[in-house]
Amino acid sequence: MHTPITHLLALWGTLPDLIRTVVWILIISIAVILCVAFLTLWERKVIGWMQLRRGPNRVRIFGLLPGFGQPFADVFKLLTKEVIVPSSSNKFLFRLAPALALVPALAAWAVIPLSPALVVSKANAGLLYLLALSSMGVYGIILAGWSSNSKYAFLGAMRSAAQMVAYEIAMGFALVGVLMAAGSMNLGKIVGHQQGGVLAWNWFWLFPLFVVYLIAGVAETNRAPFDVAEGESEIVAGFHVEYSGIAFALFFLAEYANMILISALTAVFFFGGWLSPFAGYPVIGTTFLADPSFFWLGLKVFVFLFLFLWFRATFPRYRYDQIMRLGWKTLIPVTLVWICVEMLMSAVHIGPWAKPWFH
Amino acid sequence: MLVEILFYLFATLLVAGALGVITARNPVYSVLFLVFSFINSAAIWLLVEAEFLALVLVLVYVGAVMVLFLFVVMMLDINVAELKQGFTRFAWLGWITALAVIGEISAVIWGHGLGGIDVNRGFVSEPANYSNTMAIGQVLYTKYLYPFELASVVLVVAIVAAIALTLRRRPGLKVQDVSSQVAVRAEDRLRVVKVSAEKRS
Repeated sequence: MHTPITHLLALWGTLPDLIRTVVWILIISIAVILCVAFLTLWERKVIGWMQLRRGPNRVRIFGLLPGFGQPFADVFKLLTKEVIVPSSSNKFLFRLAPALALVPALAAWAVIPLSPALVVSKANAGLLYLLALSSMGVYGIILAGWSSNSKYAFLGAMRSAAQMVAYEIAMGFALVGVLMAAGSMNLGKIVGHQQGGVLAWNWFWLFPLFVVYLIAGVAETNRAPFDVAEGESEIVAGFHVEYSGIAFALFFLAEYANMILISALTAVFFFGGWLSPFAGYPVIGTTFLADPSFFWLGLKVFVFLFLFLWFRATFPRYRYDQIMRLGWKTLIPVTLVWICVEMLMSAVHIGPWAKPWFH
Repeated sequence: MLVEILFYLFATLLVAGALGVITARNPVYSVLFLVFSFINSAAIWLLVEAEFLALVLVLVYVGAVMVLFLFVVMMLDINVAELKQGFTRFAWLGWITALAVIGEISAVIWGHGLGGIDVNRGFVSEPANYSNTMAIGQVLYTKYLYPFELASVVLVVAIVAAIALTLRRRPGLKVQDVSSQVAVRAEDRLRVVKVSAEKRS
């Protein structure tokens, strides 16, 4: 019984909460950053296959797995390059902006329930916390564009800021619908209240909101087809045109970390987070497949991330005025209408409102 | 102990940020200092477990209002020297406003008391299942329903007024007719013709 592992576990239990939380934060942050590294590889592979190419297949890890060393090769290349600070830029804000872009993307993971037991903070207002943090991500982009003192960067920043402010509203309203269906802002409870098989998950009763949330999520991360903030054919690379080396890599990291975050949130809000799709059905519902676990969340996140890459490989870029029109005149009215529909559903007790915790 | 240290840390940063707002020469820095102050006051609210107020402050003011401020300030070509011209001439007005605000705050604290809250008793935290958000919602939609709805009507009037003030029709402006763009069908634009192959000579 007294193996080193049991000793370590016993020691872990005696550590103060503060230290244990900090260790969990470190583990989750590093995991997210590693996921970002392999997501970039996966993206290049997927887009390569969709365009009948091979994608990166040269750099190996330990002489195995062709292509798998590519993210690390990229990181080392960017780390060893010089970070050029333009002479007429605002030096302080220029250096601060990449950090401001990355911090909210990582900090948001604090309230995301990874498995029934594993969550850093069981905050009651978790959903509000997420909205607040995602609204702060825009500062990194605006400040990067402004402090660069370049017209292209500034145009990119302005486009991106207007876009993010517009789509945040649609996103917020979609989450109001989730809030109504769950009766709680605690993310753990939002997942828990979706129990009972695939059709009990929120996507079924809140399907329009799910679609709006996914589109707004793509727009919020400035991904194709809403990537006018980068718009390489018009404004070179948008807000990060003046950044080089690891400063550019931080923006890259922030964008991909945000993609993983939006995918995880879509899974948590609309697809039952760590719940198994097989739970609540006869025969299969009693096997190990019905157990809620981190595996199911990971699988769902992977599917949504694939959607992001699929969108990028297949859709042409929206025109700027079309983006604004879609956000303000299509998505927001859809969410408002569906919130009214939810009011009716809750009045007649169907769907999520038929469940015991609403009585 | 930790809470006290954090409170004094955030309070100091808040005051420093607020001083930065009025002393910074660059208006963009002023806006950023204001954002910094908002974040610190949100942190102080979090320390007294007012998480709803704290997060809404960040969400609404930092995430939306200040972004638009920054937007406008960055686009404006502000001549700072011109702005500073009347500073000493109108300083008395600023002092009167500041004193009036201080007077009002003191009148609330010492005149009315804090609604029966004993400041010397220290902060007592609520039980774990207490939801601040739910408590606010319950009084907002029952006891304070009419003031709440009135405030929202005032906001709507302000929005309509702002739009009405900026809405103007310029003659000769080229705008896209979105509905006709959306209604376009491929057949209107593109004609697929079958051309028989040339005879090989």
